[in-house]
Amino acid sequence: MAEITQHIVKSYEQELQRLRDLLVEMGGLVESQVATATIAVVELDIDAATRTVEQDPAVDALEREVESFVIRLLALRQPVAGDLRQIVAALKMTSDLERIGDYAANVAKRSIVLSQFSLPFKLGGLAHMARLVQESLKLTVDAIGDSDADKAIQVWRSDQAVDDIYTAIFRELVTYMMEDPRNITPCTHLLFIAKNLERIGDHATNIAETVHYAATGDSLPEMRPKGDSANYAVIRPRDERHDDATAV
Amino acid sequence: MAPAAALDGHTKLSIRNLDFFYGTNKALKGIALDLPDRRVTGMIGPSGCGKSTLLRVLNRMYDLYPGQRATGEVLLDGQDILAGSVDLNALRSRIGMVFQKPTPFPMSIYENITFGVKLHERLSRAEMDARVEWSLTRAALWTEVKDRLQTPAAGLSGGQQQRLCIARTIATRPEIILLDEPTSALDPISTLKIEELIDELKQDFTIAIVTHNMQQAARCADQVAFFYLGELVEVGQAAQIFTNPKQRRTQDYVTGRFG
Repeated sequence: MAEITQHIVKSYEQELQRLRDLLVEMGGLVESQVATATIAVVELDIDAATRTVEQDPAVDALEREVESFVIRLLALRQPVAGDLRQIVAALKMTSDLERIGDYAANVAKRSIVLSQFSLPFKLGGLAHMARLVQESLKLTVDAIGDSDADKAIQVWRSDQAVDDIYTAIFRELVTYMMEDPRNITPCTHLLFIAKNLERIGDHATNIAETVHYAATGDSLPEMRPKGDSANYAVIRPRDERHDDATAV
Repeated sequence: MAPAAALDGHTKLSIRNLDFFYGTNKALKGIALDLPDRRVTGMIGPSGCGKSTLLRVLNRMYDLYPGQRATGEVLLDGQDILAGSVDLNALRSRIGMVFQKPTPFPMSIYENITFGVKLHERLSRAEMDARVEWSLTRAALWTEVKDRLQTPAAGLSGGQQQRLCIARTIATRPEIILLDEPTSALDPISTLKIEELIDELKQDFTIAIVTHNMQQAARCADQVAFFYLGELVEVGQAAQIFTNPKQRRTQDYVTGRFG
């Protein structure tokens, strides 16, 4: 979205740009974490797994930097209107990005355990799911950099597909576990891996909502397109509440 | 980048153990404060806390009034400016001051700038023209007035008049600029223009600004000093004063809880 006019005080302008730059840098780092975590799990590549985990401290450091920069901007600039939205949004997005990094690291760690098993099946859905999540994360980081509400809406709409694959993977893994109890350990790890990828998609969607609010001042509707029905994939409860906290 | 650059540069002006008296009334008590070179020091505090008094000490304005005296030391590049031997005219050309209300002289815009310069320097016409353009440009006023330099300064808007006063102050090429509530009579946009100007000017000048507006101190100062009842309660980088003040009284004042 086109940047409007410049502030009279140039240093304020530069500070807001720096805040955007910090978030994009953090987004780039997290994107590469998710990419290496995907390689780690799809190709059972221990090297890639280690690299993913090693990037975590850098992401955490950026989160702290954004947080203290935001506090400083709030205290010293007394931001209002679009500036206020952008600065508060940065605080929310940095914590979403940090969570994404954590999930990527967790995927990587589990892939190391997984590499010690010989799996009697091939889980094709996982690579596909990881690719979708990476695409939406990339779009999210672009949306942050350009304060682009249209890209944000695109991300927000795309989460449904990720949820659908997750549900399918869940069913598939439960089947393998029922077939042979020796599958339970690797399948449990795979379940968590899939769940982590699905959560990464959710956080990307959160960020997209925040970008949209910061750019336009309007919140996206409360109910986002949601397709994760893994909660009910085995037994459907009588009381069908939407309760994410109990998700597998 | 960030407004509060690290304050590790050298000290331009050092105030040591300064007391000030209006007759028998002690208005400043044992002030110790350093103004870092080419940085902005903001002075905040409730009315009567001594911040304007301190500015008046720094260019010996109080000498104009009988019964007012200062003790202690104020070192400008190591030289004590409170000493009796100091040439006050020379001192005031090194330490310029801008007041709360714009105070243009009842002359043309051009003459407002040249008036102070003529007291200290002999310049050719061309040199003087260049000086006028330089100071008006530095004060972000040149493009607005360059076609009417010979018209009365009183015809300018309040914000323009204040920038003219800043131009007049920097025309004598001082080392320190003292600003006593320079925007309290201005609208918000003129205020922001002055604040941007302060950001620009600190590349060349050491600046002290007294302001009733704490947010203004937050926006434009590198270092902030909080005064209360004639004492310096706390001084620190702006970000520290406004996010994590060390003194309870500072915390209460900046958050608007003062009893």
